[in-house]
Amino acid sequence: MKETLIIAGFGGQGVLSMGKILAYAGVMQDYEVTWMPSYGPEMRGGTANVTVILSDKRISSPIAHEFDTAIILNQQSMDKFEPLVKAGGTLIYDVNGITRHPVRKDIKVYSINATEECAKLGNARLFNTMILGGYLKVCPVVSMDNVMEGLKKSLPERAWKMLPANEEAIRHGGEIIREL
Amino acid sequence: MAEKEVKLMKGNEVIAYAAIRYGCDGYFGYPITPQSEVMETLMELKPWETTGMVVLQAESEIASVNMLYGGAATGKRVMTSSSSPGVSLMSEGMSYLAGAELPCLIVNCQRGGPGLGTIQPSQGDYFQACKGGAHGDFHLIVLAPNSVQEMHDFVADAFDLAFKYRNPAMILADGAIGQMMEKVTLAPQRPRKTDAEIEEECKSWAIFGKTPDRPRNVITSLELRSEEMEKINLRLQAKYKAMEENEVRYEAIECDDADYVIVAFGSSARICSATVELARNEGLKVGLLRPITLYPFPTKPIAELAARGVKGFLSAELNAGQMVQDVKLAVNGVVPVEHYGRQGGSMFTPDEVLQALKDKIINRG
Repeated sequence: MKETLIIAGFGGQGVLSMGKILAYAGVMQDYEVTWMPSYGPEMRGGTANVTVILSDKRISSPIAHEFDTAIILNQQSMDKFEPLVKAGGTLIYDVNGITRHPVRKDIKVYSINATEECAKLGNARLFNTMILGGYLKVCPVVSMDNVMEGLKKSLPERAWKMLPANEEAIRHGGEIIREL
Repeated sequence: MAEKEVKLMKGNEVIAYAAIRYGCDGYFGYPITPQSEVMETLMELKPWETTGMVVLQAESEIASVNMLYGGAATGKRVMTSSSSPGVSLMSEGMSYLAGAELPCLIVNCQRGGPGLGTIQPSQGDYFQACKGGAHGDFHLIVLAPNSVQEMHDFVADAFDLAFKYRNPAMILADGAIGQMMEKVTLAPQRPRKTDAEIEEECKSWAIFGKTPDRPRNVITSLELRSEEMEKINLRLQAKYKAMEENEVRYEAIECDDADYVIVAFGSSARICSATVELARNEGLKVGLLRPITLYPFPTKPIAELAARGVKGFLSAELNAGQMVQDVKLAVNGVVPVEHYGRQGGSMFTPDEVLQALKDKIINRG
């Protein structure tokens, strides 16, 4: 098993945290894990991305030139990363703010409208876990138990009261993701 | 506390954990991206409440390195960390530390330069780290980690080497290794050395108040008599020679039958290990030689590969071509040696390195 994943969007969307939850879940599942963020001016506004690799073998490069899966949360990231999904790979995107939809026919494309769902719930902070839920529905690389454990580890203890809402968001994300 | 602990951590964070667990006595630093998590983590962990380790944010990098000098002069295990521009500010101090033969640890989590440059990863400080980097004939011991686990392990290794040779040691990392998270197994907590243990270990040179029963120890790099200074220089050079003979460390991946060998260190070496996989899938016999100690440099194993029939070497670095000079010296004209690099905080990908290897070496016959 080896999953090379890029999560890309705006700073503040929870891109790096989503990657961290997955990375922790991977550790729980006894995988080798790398979490390689863009930490530059991006995290001070603008685009942010993180490459997460989960593997049952030693991971050579933490930097990838092509991805099994891309989770794309803004237009700049769509332009940059759609071409870098491996043939037969998976692209998941939130439709909000996307003006040019994916065009590739040799990959599986899924859309999820987590922005709108979170707005309905009145809690934008559930955005990244809802996206994560959509991802896990189509790429169940880690078990739900381990994801919840990963979520717990990546949150400070004072935020643990948010765990049930996030668990629900993950479940809901799995329901609203659509194959195109 | 002896339990094996596996954690998911950033390279910078693990430096802090490793220092505390090694029994480090003091950290003096000044924040700079992309290494600020080292001191942030130390401040969170508050080791002064547990092991008694001092953690101090100095007013500048220049102050930090001189605090290092003072701490090291007493035989304590002291360290600092910074990133490229901050390390430049420390360079005068490094020359003095080397001149006074003071063991200590300096971590450089490199970013792109020159000047303030960028905050993204770079390996542009190879010359600075390995060729002295400040005035006078001296060397740092330089270790280049390529994983978060090695960031952890090299803290202990660097301190051990620094004390073995009474010489400053550097961990030359970069923004990628510092910011990346991986699984890491933490060492058990070791007690800090007691004053009595330090006195026993370092009594021939360190200063802790002269007692009537032994001669005075003097920590200085000043010697105005040229004949005496030359003797010091020769002693330092003999020490460097001993390091070159005894302390070279490297990793050879798929080099045994390789027609072509990539030489790369640190984060570049991680990327290039995937290049080797890509090349082998195409039926190309490519290997990777990863220097772990950049000083002393693994000259001999590279020379042996050239003599054994490797047809060409590619030095892949995140700079304009620095380590390639040492690879060329090792190969000594026997076969072609080329450089491939990215600069300014950009990183190459495994396939880009393979393409460069084909363009610069393989397809040129």
